[in-house]
Amino acid sequence: MERARQIIHPRWVRIAHWLNALSIVIMVTSGWQIYNASPIWHFTFPASITLGGWLAGGTMWHFAAMWVLFANGLIYLALNVVSGRIARKFLPIAPSEVLRELGDALRLKLAHNDLSHYNSLQRCAYLFVWLDVALLICSGLVLWKSVQFPLLRELLGGYDTARVVHFVAMALIVAFVFIHLVMVALVPRSLLPMIRGR
Amino acid sequence: MIQPKKPAGREGELIVREALSVMPAPARRLFMQRGLTLGGLALLSGCDIRISSQPSIERALKAVSRMNDAAQAALFDPNRLAATYSESELTRPFPFNAFYPMSQAPKVDGDSYRLKLAGLIQNKTPWALTDLYALPQTQQITRHICVEGWSAIGRWGGVRYADFLKQIGADTTAKYINFECADGYHTSIDMPTALHPQTLLTLSYDGFLLPREFGFPMKLRMPTKLGYKNPKHIMVMTVTNTYPGGYWEDQGYNWFGGS
Repeated sequence: MERARQIIHPRWVRIAHWLNALSIVIMVTSGWQIYNASPIWHFTFPASITLGGWLAGGTMWHFAAMWVLFANGLIYLALNVVSGRIARKFLPIAPSEVLRELGDALRLKLAHNDLSHYNSLQRCAYLFVWLDVALLICSGLVLWKSVQFPLLRELLGGYDTARVVHFVAMALIVAFVFIHLVMVALVPRSLLPMIRGR
Repeated sequence: MIQPKKPAGREGELIVREALSVMPAPARRLFMQRGLTLGGLALLSGCDIRISSQPSIERALKAVSRMNDAAQAALFDPNRLAATYSESELTRPFPFNAFYPMSQAPKVDGDSYRLKLAGLIQNKTPWALTDLYALPQTQQITRHICVEGWSAIGRWGGVRYADFLKQIGADTTAKYINFECADGYHTSIDMPTALHPQTLLTLSYDGFLLPREFGFPMKLRMPTKLGYKNPKHIMVMTVTNTYPGGYWEDQGYNWFGGS
């Protein structure tokens, strides 16, 4: 009884999670709209899954939601550090456990007895998303303001390469979201704590 | 390196742009509003999710876009130069891009051409091309970045715009400079960008007289701004404190359009 009342995700984590989810959906779908205006490769995204109607609408959504993604991510990261949650929930990561847990996950052996605990594979996945969002922001900055951020531009291999980096980082986050949703579908009771905390 | 290529989506967009340009303003607004819905997501989920207050969302997005103008003005460093490139890095052929096909680019007669000056300028005497060619010229090889995402490196020559503004006695404390073009296009820029050392009153391309498709008799080349901010076929220049907007900007492209 006592355990059931325990808060698994504090309020600020839940707010940050859903704000992040919203901004990622807007960024990805408006980003597809922008990509379609001048595709890097020989494919475009179906118009029905893009946001904004046309290029101008896509850029308006993209350059609005980017502030939400950025500010929310910054606050989330700061609160994780200040509260010590980062050390408590995401560290350490044992490489040997990651491999074993990956094997288990692929055989759909998912242990979720304790929703407040992340195993090493989950820790890896979540930390990966942090890094990927950081890469999305950095490569996005180069595309948005390539003259004003010359160091970042050169680190990412120039403007055109930054486009590819931005695209690949997008694809990786879409892959993460897909796996994330499959996991929620397999362990539905993990969804509730992200809504009401317990 | 990815070479800019003619993407499949471009042609479709061209058609939309042309259609937009002939649409009356209310229809265009409606198109924008419809475009700015989450209709795509609604289709995916198979139910009819609608945002009830669509005009308010468009208003909110436009308000954010104006905030982004301010953010970009703050990020803009008047002394930071855009990267320059070597001749071996030039993009050939340099892509043509406008809201009409190349065959419809305006034909301006160079002999009778006079650049008209208006607004907060001391000496508004119109300029003939020969007088502009007689001014000190400079060259740059810089990257042109299109809002669509592609980019191309070109060699541009002409008069440093800051020098020209000084020469005509423009009020450089004014906020905007508006450009009206022979093809009906117009756009406007902020004064700090106008005074940037790489902002070029461009009269030549790749060592030759600026060709018709790239904006004869002149374009304003700003490597610190996206392509649609670089007006071609400039006929009238106005220094003003009243926000002038622009052809694409009025339809939703961000006004500052910095790079």
